[in-house]
Amino acid sequence: MTNVRRVARYTALVLITAVFVTPLVWMALTSLKTYDDAQQDPPSWLPSPFSTYGYDQILGNTANPVLRWFLNSMLAASLHTLLVLVTASMAAYALARLRFQGRKVSFALIVGTLFLPPTSLIIPNFVIADQLGWIDTLTVIVVPGAASAFGVFFLRQFFLSIPAELEEAAVLDGANHWQVFFQVLLPLSKPALATLAVLSFLTNWNDFLWPVYVLFSPERLTLPAGLGLLQGAYVTDYPVIMAGAVLASVPVLILFVLAQRHIIQGVSRSGLKG
Amino acid sequence: MADVIEVGAARGDAPPPAGRNRRRGATQRGHRATPYLFLAPYLVLFLVFGLAPIVFGVWISLHQWDLQLPNRPFIGLENYRDLFSSDSADYADWWSSVRATAIFTVLSVPLLVVVPLGLALLLNEKFPGRTFFRAAFFAPYVLGVAVIGLLWRFLLDANLGLVNRLLGAFGLPADTPWVTDVPWAWVSLVGVTVWWTCGFNAVIYLAGLQDIPAELYEAAKVDGASAWDRFRHVTLPGLRPVLLFVLTTTILASANVFGQSFLITQGAPGEQTRTVVWRIVDEGLRNYDVGQASAMSVLFALLLAVVSIVNFRLFRYRED
Repeated sequence: MTNVRRVARYTALVLITAVFVTPLVWMALTSLKTYDDAQQDPPSWLPSPFSTYGYDQILGNTANPVLRWFLNSMLAASLHTLLVLVTASMAAYALARLRFQGRKVSFALIVGTLFLPPTSLIIPNFVIADQLGWIDTLTVIVVPGAASAFGVFFLRQFFLSIPAELEEAAVLDGANHWQVFFQVLLPLSKPALATLAVLSFLTNWNDFLWPVYVLFSPERLTLPAGLGLLQGAYVTDYPVIMAGAVLASVPVLILFVLAQRHIIQGVSRSGLKG
Repeated sequence: MADVIEVGAARGDAPPPAGRNRRRGATQRGHRATPYLFLAPYLVLFLVFGLAPIVFGVWISLHQWDLQLPNRPFIGLENYRDLFSSDSADYADWWSSVRATAIFTVLSVPLLVVVPLGLALLLNEKFPGRTFFRAAFFAPYVLGVAVIGLLWRFLLDANLGLVNRLLGAFGLPADTPWVTDVPWAWVSLVGVTVWWTCGFNAVIYLAGLQDIPAELYEAAKVDGASAWDRFRHVTLPGLRPVLLFVLTTTILASANVFGQSFLITQGAPGEQTRTVVWRIVDEGLRNYDVGQASAMSVLFALLLAVVSIVNFRLFRYRED
C-alpha cells in the first residue's frame, strides 16, 4: 500500500517537474543552435552541431549592445541592493529598538504602503523622477524602488526576535547605538540580511515595466528592457533571442541555486510569519 | 496579513517588562537625535518615492497635465468623467483594458489558488528528493517576465513553436493560433502565468501546512477520518489565514498583469488582451497624458482596495 502511494507520488512529481523545467532546458538548448537548426521540422532536442552562433551574434553586436545591458543590470541591481540593505536596516533598528516621537506613526505609514499596488505609484513616480532629471539614467533604476516598505518590515520583525539582553550588555560596556547596531545587531542578522539582499537583487534584476518606460538610450538599457529590442531586431532568429534570455537568466538562476533556502524561506516568511 | 502586522506591532509596543527599564536607560545614553538619524536615509526615500506619489498622483489626476505642455490647468474630476462617458476618446480603450484584466483575473486566480495547494500537499510529507522538487517548481518564478515572455512567445508560435509541433507529433491539431486569436490567447496567458508563478504560492502553502499541528491529524485518524475528511476538517480550516493571504495577493498580482500580454500576445487579437496597467503606462508614459493616466491609476487602486476589503469580509464571515 505505502509502496503504491510512493510510486504514484514520485511519478506525479517527475511529470510535474518535467512541465516546469522542460521550457527552460529548451531555451538553453535553442541558444546553442544555428539559425537553420532551430527552424527544423520536426524539431530536434539537441543542437546538431552545438553552435555559439546565438551568443556570437549578440555579444559582438553594436546596434544592440547586450553585454553593456548585462553590465548595466549588474551595476543597477547591486547598487539597489546595497541601498535597500543600508536604509532598511537602519530604519528597522530605529523602529525595533529605539524610542522616539513619531515612531508608531512612521511604522503605520510604512506598513500601510505594503497594501498598495505598486503600479498605482508608477505615473507620479515617473513625474517625480522627471523633475529630478533622472529619466534615462541608471539612478532611476537604482533609487525609486529602494524605498522598500517590505525590507523595513521584514528586518524589524527579525530584529525584534533577537534578545535585547545582548545589546544591553554591550550598552553596559559603554557602547553607543551605532556601535550596538554595527557590532552586535548586524552580525547577528546575517541570515535576514542575506535573504533581503537576494530578494532585492532578484526583483531589481528582473524588473521590466519600469525600465522599459524610463530608459530609452540603447547604451543605457537594462537587460530585460533590451531583450524587447533584440526580439524586434531578430524576429524569428530564435537562437539569438534565446541566447539573450539565457544571459538574463543565468545570474538569477545561480543566485537561486546558491541561496535557495534563503529565497524560499524569505518568500514563505514574507507571506506569513513576518 | 493584518493579523501578522498586529502581532508585530503589539510586540514592538510592549517589550518584555523585565527589559523595559533597562532599555529606557540604554536609550538615554544616545543623543536625542540618534533615532532620527537612523531613520533619515530610509525616510527620505520613502517620503519621495513612497508617500509623496500617493498624494501627488491624486493631485495630478485633477489637472489637465500633459508632460509636453507647460500649462497644467486644474480641471477637477474631468479626467474621471472622461472614463465614464462614452463620447470621450479614452472611454472605449479604457473599458476594453478593464475587460481584459477582468477576464485574465477571473480565469487565473482559481487556478493559482488551487493548483499550488495540490503541489504543496504532494510536497508536504518528508521524503527523499523533496528539496529538489520544491526547487524545480519554484525555479521559473525566479526568472523575470521578460525572459518568460520571450521564451513562451517562441514556444507558442503557431508555426515554429514547440507546443504546436508536439501536438502535431501526437496527431492533434498543430495549427492553433495560441498568441493571435481568442480564446487561445487567454489560454496562453493564463497557462504561462500558472506555470511561472504557481511555485510561489506553493511555497506559501507549504509554510502554512507545516504550522498545522500533527496531533490534529493523528486525532482525526484515531477517529477513523478518511484522507478526504482530514483534508476538509483539518487541513482547510488550518490553512484559512494562508488561503486568505494567497487569494488576496494573487488577485492583486493578476489584476496588475502587464508583461505577459505585452510580450506574448502583444495585445492581440486587436487590442483585446491589452491590460489596465499597459493602458495606464501607455497613456502616461508614451502619450504623456499623465493627468488622464493618474485618474486611471487612482480608480484602479480604489477598485483593488474594495476587492481586498470584500475578501477579508467574506473570509471573516465564513469563519463565524
